[in-house]
Amino acid sequence: MAEHAADPTWGVLAEFASPTALYRACEQLRDAGFTRWDAHSPFPVHGLDRAMGLRPSRLPWVVFGGGMLGAAGGLGLQWWTSTIAYPQVIAGKPHFSWPAFVPVTFELGVLAAALACVLGMLHFNRLPRLHHPIFRSTRFEGVSDDRFFISIEAADPRFDPSATPGWLTQLGATQVELLAE
Amino acid sequence: MSQQPTTTELSLNLDEPVDQRPPLLLGDNSFRGITEAVCRPVEWVPPRGWYIFFGVSLALLGVLVLSTAYLFYMGTGIWGLNNPVGWGWAIVNFVFWVGIGHAGTLISAILFLFRQRWRTSINRFAEAMTIFAVMCALLFPTIHVGRVWVIYWALPYPNQMGIWPNFRSPLLWDVFAVSIYGSVSLLFWYMGLLPDLATLRDRAKSQLRRVIYGIFALGWRGSHRHWQHYERAYLILAAISTPLVLSVHSIVSFDFAVSQLPGWHTTIFPPYFVAGAIFSGFAMVVTLMTIARTVFGLEHIVTRRHFENMAKVMLLTGSIVGYAYAMEFFIAWYSGNPFERFVFLNRAFGPYAWAYWIMVTCNVIVPQTFWFKRLRRSLLWLFIASILVNIGMWFERFVITVTSLHRDFLPSSWDYYSPTFWDICALVGSFGLFFTMFSLFVRFLPQVAMAEVKAIVPAAHVHHATLHPAAPHAGPGAPAAPGAAPAGSLATPASLPQEA
Repeated sequence: MAEHAADPTWGVLAEFASPTALYRACEQLRDAGFTRWDAHSPFPVHGLDRAMGLRPSRLPWVVFGGGMLGAAGGLGLQWWTSTIAYPQVIAGKPHFSWPAFVPVTFELGVLAAALACVLGMLHFNRLPRLHHPIFRSTRFEGVSDDRFFISIEAADPRFDPSATPGWLTQLGATQVELLAE
Repeated sequence: MSQQPTTTELSLNLDEPVDQRPPLLLGDNSFRGITEAVCRPVEWVPPRGWYIFFGVSLALLGVLVLSTAYLFYMGTGIWGLNNPVGWGWAIVNFVFWVGIGHAGTLISAILFLFRQRWRTSINRFAEAMTIFAVMCALLFPTIHVGRVWVIYWALPYPNQMGIWPNFRSPLLWDVFAVSIYGSVSLLFWYMGLLPDLATLRDRAKSQLRRVIYGIFALGWRGSHRHWQHYERAYLILAAISTPLVLSVHSIVSFDFAVSQLPGWHTTIFPPYFVAGAIFSGFAMVVTLMTIARTVFGLEHIVTRRHFENMAKVMLLTGSIVGYAYAMEFFIAWYSGNPFERFVFLNRAFGPYAWAYWIMVTCNVIVPQTFWFKRLRRSLLWLFIASILVNIGMWFERFVITVTSLHRDFLPSSWDYYSPTFWDICALVGSFGLFFTMFSLFVRFLPQVAMAEVKAIVPAAHVHHATLHPAAPHAGPGAPAAPGAAPAGSLATPASLPQEA
């Protein structure tokens, strides 16, 4: 692209021809000690977490916390409204007739867990982020179709603008391009 | 039976757990081929059939709007409700539509947890159906309350009246269950759409499309660091949607079962309702999918095998429903309760016997034809049967609601309920709402989850066997074989870009 010469460089983008080639290159990058890099694919390539050396997502804890808060809030709401705010004897039941409160408690727990899940996922991924330097590459438009990429940021301590692109080609990249910030 | 696909197609099926199964996808299943097939209906000028379908749906939606406006003006007296039958078609339609929605969540969540990979071809479609069905469902109790302008009283909020909703009422549980079910389904659906919206963004030819799909894609860039959290989120949502979907129709059944009315007050209701919901939902998926795959040329992605699997689910759930009908009768007799016994005899042989036997024919007899492989694989019969099943499931709710109410404990208040013109308008109009939403969905959003389908084709798998032969001369400097080779010849069309 035209930005090849532009400074400063954001990083390098290398295209790979298949999930297997991508997987193999990721293992090499992981073993070479790169930290600020990423793989891009149209679908989640099975096992790539291991090839990239990623730690498991912490999302389950966020969802658990959200769900528990939602359920506790739901039960608290029903307890407070039916014992303190608006105590009524209905069907001869005690004010805090908790078995009747199970459905709403459960539903609110699920709602909060689902919200925590989706919002937590977006937060961990720093999305929405509508612009990103990687979108400068026209080749990258194929990432949502049938293309596989690895990107390494210039901010990575091991990144070398003269050597890294050539090394990526050796790892099997079919196309390598530098991207401007 | 596996002879229908050609030999090359069969070779795509090597990683199937059971031999001799037809492949999940037929024909061109390269990554690009999948993208093209799924995006075509969104990017091309739609066929004339779409405009006709959309026009008719819009007209029916107009019927809904006008009849609802008249309802708001006049009140629920325009419906056929009378004194013993206070729950007429509005509640029948409500339960019918909620039930339709359940298949979507079953396919998207429960089949995902069971690793049923065939779901990927139909889950998007079924989830969309869920959302539109829940919209129709929420409409009916809302307009049934009469004074719809104070419907927000159903929500717990601090108000000047100093009152709070009664959390012991199943009707309030329903407000929470159905609205939360709709919200969570929408979240699940939208999250599943993210990668596919990015595909549409990246393929957009016009700036407007690029911006609109771009905003909704939230800047998705296929990053594996993102996929990692995304896949985890997907799994968790599936795991929490599973008890949710089972709870929703259980709670809907509590509307009936928690009351003291013979014919309603039974413990079999929650599982019976859930099975019926899945039964009717799958029937609706079959009906819609038969049309959509033909109109939009998706026959190689949604194959006969998908239909056969759906027929099997319908056979199972239809049999559970049939068992529940029988068990209700058995308990009515076995309990020795004269009121209970009367209600069930009245159901089968009273003034609504015609509705009862329509229900039994459509829901019990029709699905039993799916024991035969020929009929499971006959799209024509599946299409007819799925419509019959949905007619039957509508009548099931009609029978449950009306027959228990119309002859209550006091014979002096017995009456016969029949719908009015406006009841019919509301039901027909709700189909208008459903099909209008559906037409827009198939026009503007990918109706197959591309990213998920791509992940199950053989070319998507990392071939570890071919990794290791390269290992001896590996090391950072070793040039890898051109990538098409490891994935086999299948990957070649996918991994070669078509234009520079």
